[in-house]
Formats: sequence, C-alpha cells, structure tokens
Amino acid sequence: MKSYRISFIAAIASVMLLPGCATRPTPYDYSAFNKAKPVTLLVMPPVNDSPDVKATPAVWAQATLPLSEAGYYVLPVTLVDETFRQNGVDTASDAQEIPFAKLRDFFGADAAVYIKVTKYGTSYAVLASETRVEAEARIVDLRSGELLWQGKAAASSAEQQQQNQGGLIGLLLAAVVHQVIGTATDAAYNYAGIANGRLLGAPRYNGVLPGPRSPAFGKMPAAQ
Amino acid sequence: MWETFPRQQYSVLLREGVSPDEQIRALEAHAEKARAANAALPPGFRAHLGMLHLGTGNPQRARELWQGEKSAFPESAPYMDRLLKRLDAPAQTVKTENPA
Repeated sequence: MKSYRISFIAAIASVMLLPGCATRPTPYDYSAFNKAKPVTLLVMPPVNDSPDVKATPAVWAQATLPLSEAGYYVLPVTLVDETFRQNGVDTASDAQEIPFAKLRDFFGADAAVYIKVTKYGTSYAVLASETRVEAEARIVDLRSGELLWQGKAAASSAEQQQQNQGGLIGLLLAAVVHQVIGTATDAAYNYAGIANGRLLGAPRYNGVLPGPRSPAFGKMPAAQ
Repeated sequence: MWETFPRQQYSVLLREGVSPDEQIRALEAHAEKARAANAALPPGFRAHLGMLHLGTGNPQRARELWQGEKSAFPESAPYMDRLLKRLDAPAQTVKTENPA
C-alpha cells in the first residue's frame, strides 16, 4: 500500500518535473569542493529507504567504479564493511552516524560519500512494470565537516522500453513478464549501476568534480 | 579493467555464502587477463583479493596483496597499514566474512 502511494507520488512528481527539463538548473557552488581537493574517498554503506534489502549492497558495490573513473582513490568497500562489522557497526544508518574525525583517523580518507537509496526494485503497475533505482549522495570533508557536494540521480527500465503493439492483453502480459524477469534476474542491480554513473560520474554538469587522478582535474564540468 | 569486480564485491556484500575459493579463482583469472593486456587493475582489487585469501587461511598472500594495493595506490596506505598491523598482531583473531 505504502509503496503504491510512493510510486503514485513519484509519477506525479516526474510529470511535474518534465517541463523543468528545458531550463538548466543553477550551477552548483563548488567553492568548498575546490578548496578541499579531496584525494581519497570513503564510500559509506548506503542507507536504504526502499523495501528491497539488496539496495545497499548493489549501490555500494557499484559506487567505486564511477568515482575511480572520476579520478579518486576509493577505499575498498568489502574491507570497509568488514571493518565496520568487526567494530560492532552493523547497519548503514549506524555507520553514517560515526563522527567524521573518527572516520578520518581510522581510514585516512579526505572525504566520505553518504548515499541514500530512495527507490530500488521492480514495481508492477497494471500496464507497465518498471525497474527503477533512485539515489542521492552527499560528499563531506572529513577534516572540516564541510559539505562539498550533493546531488541525486535515477535510472529506469522505462527509459528504453518500446511501445508495445500487442493491444491490452499484450500490455498486461508484458507488464507481468517484465516484473517476473525483473525480480528473478535481480534487474535492479544493473539500473543501480546506471544510476550510480549518473550520480557519481565526472565530469557531469553540477556533478562531482574530477579528482586528482583524472586528466580533467582542475577543470569545471563542461556546460555541454 | 573492471570486468566482474563490482559484481564480485556485490556478492560478498550480500553475505549470501559466496565460496571464497571460487571467487579467488575468478579474480586471479581477471588479474592474469589484465597482465596479458598490460591493463591496470582497479583500485581495491588487490585489497579485496587479499581479504578473500585471509578468509581461506592464507595470511601471507593477504599481506602481499595489501602491500601491493599500497604500492599501486599510495592513497590506501593509512588504511592498509592499519589492516597489516592487525594481521601481524599475534593474539589477534581475525574474523572472516566468508563461511568456508
């Protein structure tokens, strides 16, 4: 019931957002990011607001690639997970409560990436099932506690779904088949990868700044 | 060269009883392929592989790989040094994440 209401609100919201696509959002204020120049990033276990427990591992495991390609060293997430558990930190929200200074001291990272997964999984709607992943992220300087950047992104199977020509029955069938396949093959994992690329990849307009290992380091994301 | 590395990390994070031996084989094959192609291994690869070796009772290999992570990515040094120190602490029992 609850997820139905959420997807209904999301549907309304996405319709309302569409006209906004024409105008470019105001440029992100990168002054704190530029000043901090983080080199090493610690991606914290993502907090999961979706009903699917796979959201945290899927988004966490795939956050390293875009950030590394963006020019940062990302601490190995499976070892970070192990470290947290050996220290009695069992949940992502507990981990995200740890004081910055403590993280800085233990992991030697310059900044931490805090991710929240707001949507993850395949939902069945009467005429079209959709696999969707949405996440938001904040990058916080562990030395100063300052917020360096924040943003959000989504990826959805609806983006490339073709118009089905099979009439109403065909549509209904396609929706059911899509949901079954979506659930059975862990389809959301792949959309988490796409969403992560959009969320954390660089250079992107208003996205994460390229890091020191990137040839684009020191340049502002192109205004397309 | 990322190959299936994110997927391998995902299965460990899922805690669904991955076989460390199987994953070690897959990652060693990945490393071999990277060597042949003269391609760099992704950050964290050696660290992750070292953790798996530790899980199968091979701390010596873990030590080498964590040292390797340090030389390939000096940014990892503070964390790797901490893990290495722990590895070398005599009375320390190291819990492993993968059920054998």
